[in-house]
Amino acid sequence: MPSCHGRGWDGVGTGRNPFLFDACIDGADMDIAEQDVQTTISVTDRAYAHDYDKVVLRGTSPQRDARDDIRKHPMGVQAAMQVLLFGTCLVDTFFPESGEATVRLLRRFGAEPVFPKGQTCCGQPAFNAGYEAAARVAAEHFLWEFDGDAPIVTPSGSCAAMVKHHYPWLFRDDPKRLAKAKRAGERIYELTQYLVHVAKAHEAGLRGKGTVTYHSSCHLTRSLGVREEPLMLLSSLQGATFVPMPDAARCCGFGGTFMAKLPEISCALADEKAASIEATGADTVTGCDSGCLMNIADAMRRRGTKIRVVHIAQLLAEGL
Amino acid sequence: MSHEQTSLAFRENSVRALEDSALRAAMKQAADTFGTKRADAFAPVPDLEALRDRASAIREEVLANLPMYVDRFAAAATRSGAVVHRANDAAAAREIIRKVLADRGARLIVKGKSMVSEEVDLNSHLEAAGMEVVETDLGEYIIQMEGETPSHIIVPAIHKNRQQVGRLFADRLGVPYSDDPQVLTKIARKALREKFLSADAGISGANFAAADTGSLVLFTNEGNGRMVTTVPPLHVAILSIEKMLPSLTDLPAFIRLLPRSATGQPITSYVSVVTGPRKAGDATGAKELHIVLLDNGRTEINAGESRDILKCIRCGACMNVCPVYRTVGGHAYGWTYPGPMGLILTTLLTGMAKSHPLVDASTVCGACVEVCPVRVPLVDLILELRRRKVREGFSDPKEKRGMALFGKAAAKPALFALGQRLAGGFWPLVRAFGGKDVAGRMPAPSRTPLRRRLP
Repeated sequence: MPSCHGRGWDGVGTGRNPFLFDACIDGADMDIAEQDVQTTISVTDRAYAHDYDKVVLRGTSPQRDARDDIRKHPMGVQAAMQVLLFGTCLVDTFFPESGEATVRLLRRFGAEPVFPKGQTCCGQPAFNAGYEAAARVAAEHFLWEFDGDAPIVTPSGSCAAMVKHHYPWLFRDDPKRLAKAKRAGERIYELTQYLVHVAKAHEAGLRGKGTVTYHSSCHLTRSLGVREEPLMLLSSLQGATFVPMPDAARCCGFGGTFMAKLPEISCALADEKAASIEATGADTVTGCDSGCLMNIADAMRRRGTKIRVVHIAQLLAEGL
Repeated sequence: MSHEQTSLAFRENSVRALEDSALRAAMKQAADTFGTKRADAFAPVPDLEALRDRASAIREEVLANLPMYVDRFAAAATRSGAVVHRANDAAAAREIIRKVLADRGARLIVKGKSMVSEEVDLNSHLEAAGMEVVETDLGEYIIQMEGETPSHIIVPAIHKNRQQVGRLFADRLGVPYSDDPQVLTKIARKALREKFLSADAGISGANFAAADTGSLVLFTNEGNGRMVTTVPPLHVAILSIEKMLPSLTDLPAFIRLLPRSATGQPITSYVSVVTGPRKAGDATGAKELHIVLLDNGRTEINAGESRDILKCIRCGACMNVCPVYRTVGGHAYGWTYPGPMGLILTTLLTGMAKSHPLVDASTVCGACVEVCPVRVPLVDLILELRRRKVREGFSDPKEKRGMALFGKAAAKPALFALGQRLAGGFWPLVRAFGGKDVAGRMPAPSRTPLRRRLP
């Protein structure tokens, strides 16, 4: 474990910070193995995480308090902006490494990510399949879990778009929740939005390697309007070459439940996407949405192509 | 030739289409070409977004006062000397047209391209009455010869390559085989010219109808549209009621948007405005003009939550960019209108019971919304139809149970986490039974989900 003042800070027992390394924002000693993060947290900070859950359940807004605590702290630890991390159900269940990479990136750029433990899913699978009531249950739960004023960051364009564009519709007849939904829509950032607009990570000279191409996921691009941010980040990587993909914003065929309902078309679209990726000659393809990447990875596997498919959070975190 | 609706078999249709390599190559090439040409055509248009806003507002105004504009159009068209008929449904439209033609002893009918005539299955009805109906749009001419229906609303034979057309012409017309588009066009032109000159009547559609002047507006490229509407003594136009524009002065916005969106042209070769039949002193024009205004469920659609689909001006841009359409082609959708606008309109016009698989024939990627010149919210309309599908009980029972469970677990983190662990623990089972198409394409859930890796 490298020396880290965050640990000392936490050790003095303010007991308000669930993450140990928030203060390591100079980036000098951020090479922390994932395991270190897990074990240390499990030893020292369970109590806090537990408290935090309770606070949330009481329906108050603990984020501001936590931030004030940090600012007022006598040891003068640099204030970190607290952000709420929405892992998304896909990352949580299938790709936790992308979630951990998101945490490392946020910390590196001075944010203090908090993972509300009760989070589940944004409701998109139900919403897109026409199950309004089930989607509303998920959305209501999300608004409860992510209540407060802190920014919400998520490594998924489609989940961010769901919150931003579809939650207000779901609560169109419920003024109280509608206000919350609109507020959540203003607070939510897809990861690369946050990294570029808040953290200025594209100016940080992150390291990279090899040749990288990028798939521009549909909801990220067209619903959320995030077109340039991932490109700014990828082309800033020192030591890596970015090659654009032809028709980068053409759908890969994932489409949530579409994948299950019309698997033949889904696979045909994924194959077309895989061919576009192969044509770039890149050794790595990245993107901002795990669903699309999962679908693309499957096409690569079927085709026997050895191109690495990796979430942009992991790719960027490797260069910290 | 009559064509049964096969929308319920969308998946089977699409699997068949996926195995047709000629179809897939033709679709990909054509859709890519139109997509690129569209983008190039709009590049020099200043204030495109404002233009789209204006066109969208005009269409919304029409729909907000549809009966008024239809009445206004009918009155103006009547004043100009046309005979206006109202058809409540497809059968009524077919019968009105058959009667108009039969009363005048028409035997040979030349037809311009009209999707509304496809919607009401007009040709088979007229043929059953002993009339010869000749499609004169080149694409329509090809598919009529093949006994097919259009697979694209603008480019009806988009699914065919020139070798297929060459063989078809050689077989049916007894001409030497050629796959040179120029040679093939000349062959069709020669055959059609004779039909134009001897036809008893011409049938056309219309892209727009100007309510203030009672004029029909047609955008065409091949010149056949003008022949159909002016050479034979009788012209019958069939159009659906939502094609209204409040005024002929609203047309310029659509002249700028429609051809660019449809074929990537700054303007079509011909933009024809037909106001009434030939008058004394006119050099051209049919002696008699009949206009059939088709409702066929549109008044009901206009009163409901899917009204916005009636804003559509039938440019076909949404299908050219749709990943599903460009992969499986138009016939897979199993009715007259394919692609994003088509699956919505088909579901609304023919009913959920005959078409519900179509509402899932979209990845909701939004590429269509990006190109729609009149801002039809296609994705929102598709999502609305999916909700209707669930409400009306057409959803898969397994999916329904799954979503009920989702609705419970989504608000119960402990249950959600348990589901996560169960899925992880039993993943080989999930994969082996029933979940092959889905689970077989996904990695196994992580042994330690994110929620257990973070505090």
